[in-house]
Amino acid sequence: MRGLRVATGLAARLLQHGRVAELRTGSVGIFRSLVCNNPSATYDSSLNSRVSDTCGFSSRVSIQGSSCAPRHEPGFVSNVSLGASGEIVEPNKFILSYLGSSQLFPPGRSNGFSTSAAATPEADAEKISVTFVNKDGEETEIKVPVGMSMLEAAHENDIELEGACEGSLACSTCHVIITDEELYNKLPEPTDEENDMLDLAFGLTETSRLGCQVIAKPELDGLRLALPAATRNFAVDGHVPKPH
Amino acid sequence: MARTWRARAMQVQMARALTTCLFGARVFAPRNSFTATGGEVLSWNWRSLSTSALQHTGGLQVCVVGSGPAGFYTAEKVLKRFERAKVDILDRLPTPFGLVRSGVAPDHPETKVVTNQFSRVAVSDRCSYFGNVTLGTDVSLEELRMLYDVVVLAYGAESDRKLGVPGEELVGVHAAREFVWWYNGHPDQVNLQPDLQSSDTAVVLGQGNVALDCARILLRSTEELATTDIAEHALVQLRESRIRRVVLVGRRGPVQAACTAKELREIMGIKGLSVKVRACDLALSPADLEEMKASRSHKRVYELLVKAAGSKLPVHNGSGGRELLFVFYRNPAEILSSDDGARVAGVKLEKTVLQGEKDKPQRAVGTGEFEEVSCGLVLKSIGYKSIPIPGLTFDHRQGLVPNSKGRVLRSVEEGSSFVAGLFVVGWLKRGPTGIIGTNLIDADETVESIVEDWTSGGLGSQSSSCPPGSRGLQELLEERCISIVTFDDWLKIHSAEVALGSEKGKPQEKIICREEMLSIAKQVSSQTP
Ligand SMILES: Cc1cc2nc3c(=O)[nH]c(=O)nc-3n(C[C@H](O)[C@H](O)[C@H](O)COP(=O)(O)OP(=O)(O)OC[C@H]3O[C@@H](n4cnc5c(N)ncnc54)[C@H](O)[C@@H]3O)c2cc1C
Ligand SMILES: NC(=O)c1ccc[n+]([C@@H]2O[C@H](COP(=O)([O-])OP(=O)(O)OC[C@H]3O[C@@H](n4cnc5c(N)ncnc54)[C@H](OP(=O)(O)O)[C@@H]3O)[C@@H](O)[C@H]2O)c1
Ligand code: FES
Repeated sequence: MRGLRVATGLAARLLQHGRVAELRTGSVGIFRSLVCNNPSATYDSSLNSRVSDTCGFSSRVSIQGSSCAPRHEPGFVSNVSLGASGEIVEPNKFILSYLGSSQLFPPGRSNGFSTSAAATPEADAEKISVTFVNKDGEETEIKVPVGMSMLEAAHENDIELEGACEGSLACSTCHVIITDEELYNKLPEPTDEENDMLDLAFGLTETSRLGCQVIAKPELDGLRLALPAATRNFAVDGHVPKPH
Repeated sequence: MARTWRARAMQVQMARALTTCLFGARVFAPRNSFTATGGEVLSWNWRSLSTSALQHTGGLQVCVVGSGPAGFYTAEKVLKRFERAKVDILDRLPTPFGLVRSGVAPDHPETKVVTNQFSRVAVSDRCSYFGNVTLGTDVSLEELRMLYDVVVLAYGAESDRKLGVPGEELVGVHAAREFVWWYNGHPDQVNLQPDLQSSDTAVVLGQGNVALDCARILLRSTEELATTDIAEHALVQLRESRIRRVVLVGRRGPVQAACTAKELREIMGIKGLSVKVRACDLALSPADLEEMKASRSHKRVYELLVKAAGSKLPVHNGSGGRELLFVFYRNPAEILSSDDGARVAGVKLEKTVLQGEKDKPQRAVGTGEFEEVSCGLVLKSIGYKSIPIPGLTFDHRQGLVPNSKGRVLRSVEEGSSFVAGLFVVGWLKRGPTGIIGTNLIDADETVESIVEDWTSGGLGSQSSSCPPGSRGLQELLEERCISIVTFDDWLKIHSAEVALGSEKGKPQEKIICREEMLSIAKQVSSQTP
């Protein structure tokens, strides 16, 4: 089995290029299947599963099944089979092997890893138009495939939206303000867990949501998302400028 | 060799003295003009560089002290804002990430994912990590200021607020910080040995998120904890723990509880744990209602506490049942000792009522009525406190560095002038509150101040040639025989931790001994890339 151990220099090098990598099952016979311990997000080798930022500093990876789960379903990778023989390895080994293999497949060559959405079947999927308005008021319009979160979409399009926990609903740095109330109302209600994180979001408004929890769907075409403007008075716990 | 940086440092110092005198009048125009360098692209940066990146010929030399969230967010922003800046991040530990490693609870792996982002910053070719270097002992603030254009202090809060009540120093009384460092494998608290045996009750003073973290670790099943990166020595002791009941004491009411809904919801969901709130504590005054109206977060926390008070969980039989009791309106008055005076036996609490002027936070005022709770372990979770270092202005009352938008002030007096080129960020700047993301907004503010000062010539070092930066620091540390842990070295330690962890089914097993970390760091890698 190749790449099960990783030299630290390699890890560093991958990180320099590292970002979301697409894992295309079976394409080069390296990754056969991913199983996630989150029961609502199970992946098998017939699906294209996405592993974001498995940069090796945490055993935690966010997994998203592009063809089944419409939302981020974070979970631990509980086991991964690798290689033609389909051996099962420990989650951390998986991450190490991922780092190790990166040298074999430097970014930019499609050897099972690709760094753009275009390389996946998603490219053909239905897309909606979303506009991000940054802190200085500058607008960027992007096309977002249905099923993708706004956090991911922002990152795929080089839009600066923070995502400290990478979509695991544990940080609130991906806070966005939906500028059109009508479209805000078309979103599913935030869960208690999302509201718990919104409690701590900086610059909370009546139409605030977490970018990692807003998932593109056809009704949301034309969505406009503003990043909260930086002010010199930032909120501390329990103090938010405006009640929700 | 060492002479070179010293000579240059003297130059910087003189230039600084000059600039500081003249700065008020804005006499200095920046000598380094903005020039388009063109084509300088960051290979590490997976998001676009901010369009507002400043390009200047000199290449600003920046030193960030402390590699927690505040330090890393600052480094990231400096690298984005100054296209040719070089940032060195120092930390007193061989391992980076501050409280993300040694504070965030082991059962919150998702919170630690942010270290991915920090690692991407660290491996940038314009960023270097200097682990195992302590500001104040290995290198002085004065020296750093001579070596760099800009020094940003982000060394957090590594001490504790004092209660100021009798018995605080008894055996069995610990600061929550020590307990947290112990279960998170921080090298400074490996030998804490909290007494988890002599009683089934622990009292945690304070009701913030740290208090909830401590309670959760004491009450959660060790089978669950065993799958986390909790330190092995802590897991071993917790397996033997007799503690089944934790009392969380707050001096104010449920509307003022400092914890957040996420943490509270989590602990209320733990299997086999009943969370109890006394119904009599839930009454609301008009002032409470006003406070809730003004704070969504406090309102939601209160609602959860009401839910906890109402839930009738089955009474647990046998030793399996565990309990978390919230006690409100009680101020710690004394920590009581055992008959032989050797150790803690309980706490004496004074009942309180809330008072306050309109639009001001309500304060707890003692009623002169007391009650006692017996216990074998007391954790003081009333807040962290920063530590001063020689040569730095420090506000001892608030426990932070006085500053104006991140610029370190010369004195705590209002209207004080600031020290050119010296900045502060994170808990050291604002005091020990706020989540990881708060430090992002905070770093924004400090870095904007750096940009402003750079633009107006107020950094004080711009009139002379490029400062020694990394190279100078390295020479200085080598001269002092201090072994620097680089980010590559840390990656070796990390790989070793992951390997140790996988033997036990843990994401990682933290190495707790500095010497061991250093020896792994200095091992020559058998694999060449
Ligand atoms: C127990 C606990 C749990 C927490 N859990 C969460 C959570 O789940 N989610 C969340 O969002 N926030 C959490 N927080 C809050 C969060 O950790 C802080 O907001 C954040 O870490 C503060 O960042 P900082 O960089 O200012 O300080 P720190 O993270 O403390 O970093 C300071 C760094 O400076 C180094 N240092 C100290 N002295 C020196 C010196 N003299 N020389 C060189 N280096 C030095 C230290 O080693 C450390 O690495 C928690 C806090 C605590 C205390
Ligand atoms: N999961 C997370 O997101 C997480 C986890 C841990 C920590 N954190 C963050 O880290 C920060 C620090 O947390 P923390 O719990 O240390 O601080 P904190 O939230 O400020 O809570 C401090 C607690 O101590 C009490 N207290 C202070 N002085 C006291 C005194 N003299 N006597 C009695 N009680 C006293 C406070 O009560 P009063 O309100 O009456 O002063 C409060 O209940 C917080 O912002 C927290 O949110 C976040
Ligand atoms: S990225 Fe952390 S909550 Fe959305």
